[in-house]
Amino acid sequence: MSGLAVRVSLERADFALAATFELGARGVTTLSGPSGSGKTTLLRCIAGLERPREGAIAWGGETWCDTVRGVEVPTHLRAIGYVTQEAHLFPHLSVQGNLDYGAKRAGSRAGAADAGRLASDLGITSLLGRRAEHLSGGERQRVAIGRALLARPRLLLLDEPVSALDEAGTAEVLDTLERVLASLPIPCLYVSHDLREAARLADRMIWLESGRIAADGPALQVMSDPRLPFAQAEDAGSVIDGRVESVDLRLGLARVACDGGGLWIAAGPTALPGRPVRVCIRARDVSLALCRPEKISVLNVLEGRVLDVAEARDVPSQALVRVEAGGCLLLSRVTRKSVAELGLVPGLPVWALVKSAAIVR
Amino acid sequence: MDLMPFWLSLRLAFTTTLVLLLLGTPLAWWIARTRSAARPLVEALVTLPLVLPPTVLGFYLLLLLGPRGPLAPLLQFLDLRLVFSFTGLVIGSVIFSAPFVVNPLKDAFEAIPRGQLETAATLGAGPFDRFRSVVLPLAASGFVTAAVLGFAHTLGEFGVVLMIGGNIPGETQVLSIAIYDRVEQLDYRAAQLYSLVLVAFSFAVLVALHWSRRSRGPVRT
Repeated sequence: MSGLAVRVSLERADFALAATFELGARGVTTLSGPSGSGKTTLLRCIAGLERPREGAIAWGGETWCDTVRGVEVPTHLRAIGYVTQEAHLFPHLSVQGNLDYGAKRAGSRAGAADAGRLASDLGITSLLGRRAEHLSGGERQRVAIGRALLARPRLLLLDEPVSALDEAGTAEVLDTLERVLASLPIPCLYVSHDLREAARLADRMIWLESGRIAADGPALQVMSDPRLPFAQAEDAGSVIDGRVESVDLRLGLARVACDGGGLWIAAGPTALPGRPVRVCIRARDVSLALCRPEKISVLNVLEGRVLDVAEARDVPSQALVRVEAGGCLLLSRVTRKSVAELGLVPGLPVWALVKSAAIVR
Repeated sequence: MDLMPFWLSLRLAFTTTLVLLLLGTPLAWWIARTRSAARPLVEALVTLPLVLPPTVLGFYLLLLLGPRGPLAPLLQFLDLRLVFSFTGLVIGSVIFSAPFVVNPLKDAFEAIPRGQLETAATLGAGPFDRFRSVVLPLAASGFVTAAVLGFAHTLGEFGVVLMIGGNIPGETQVLSIAIYDRVEQLDYRAAQLYSLVLVAFSFAVLVALHWSRRSRGPVRT
């Protein structure tokens, strides 16, 4: 098996961590949860910077940590890439020196690292001769990501890489990450508490609560699960992967084909025919009807079935209804009065009216 | 003028600084990074020479290393005479100047964020590699300060040297002792010359230190 297998339990002053999961050979898995749920500690255990009281961590057939057999491979032999909130660039080295640091030590290990291409993907080609301290926060973080990848890691660990940045820096680094992670031939474990971030990047999501894994599954499912805080957030929604079919520049609209049929969405600069896109539909932009409505302004009407109904924790008068529409999961925020009057129960055929949708990736 | 005391002082200061850098670096690293309960104890021991009168330190060393001391059988077996010898002076100076070398090193090591070292580890650098490629360059000014202070402090020591080394010309009569010796003999001219050399040298070293701290090293790739 090529991938990561983690089973970790440990106690800290403010929480106890007990988590078991595996990571496949590639793809981005986000690790989210309230602060103090043990996300960073879990990542540090995988990196070998902290030791679990009990557990085992293995990469493929290679044991990194096994508390029963007393195995603990030191961090520098694990071949991981690790980027934290702080870029931790070496202040005594130039940007080029920082990038070379890991590359030099990686030797001939195989991995994803074409220095020139990576530098241009990260947009740091013009920074190479500069000193780390003269970079902006976003630039620093992009160099840190490049440095980690040039060390030819077998696993990339990102611990809230944008949470210390301002809005411009966050946008800049997220754009870069999206580009770089999409073609990454290794798995990536990404700690994030931000919904937008996770929605953009995740293939799979793990939700950690009080040190335990409360949910784990494909991003599209976990995001719309009304039991989880993702769906409960005020601006929460569902995420649908599709492909741009056509673009009508005159109307400013793009037609996106997805499992549930087709969606008309506002055509942004990233909407190019044939391009795979991820569309976010906010729960409050989805209305429900029991029969196909006609002569209305809403462009997107999808046929589906109610999957489940849950209360909205923040607004007592509202409910979250999950609708399955031809393989897509839509989250709809409606009043509890409507739930009662329409008799919305699991299995009921409904029409979902999507007022607007946005491309997030 | 007899230059012997001057050369002896320089030799003592060089030897002491070298020994202290070799022994003090791992010790300072341990103090800076340990979570051990013994840390305050070790720190107090290292700092003790700073507050003790040098004569007290010299007196204990004399008892310890002397012909009737607890180490006497061992020293006799090894055919070593430490009191009233240059080697004895080095031992005394190393203990006496330890805080001036260990403390700046410890401060420099503590100023390096743990994250820098952890990052270096994730990039494939082992413990010695991390020390060489991250700690040494980042603590460089700490090493300069430690070396200069250790050197200058050893040059100026008197009490320990007098107690353990005595006043043997060519063997233990360093500059500070020679000054005292000349004054005793009412040879004020020689005393003044020696003193002037010591003042000028110490001043020059300290100017060099502060100058090197002000200018920064070039970018390295």
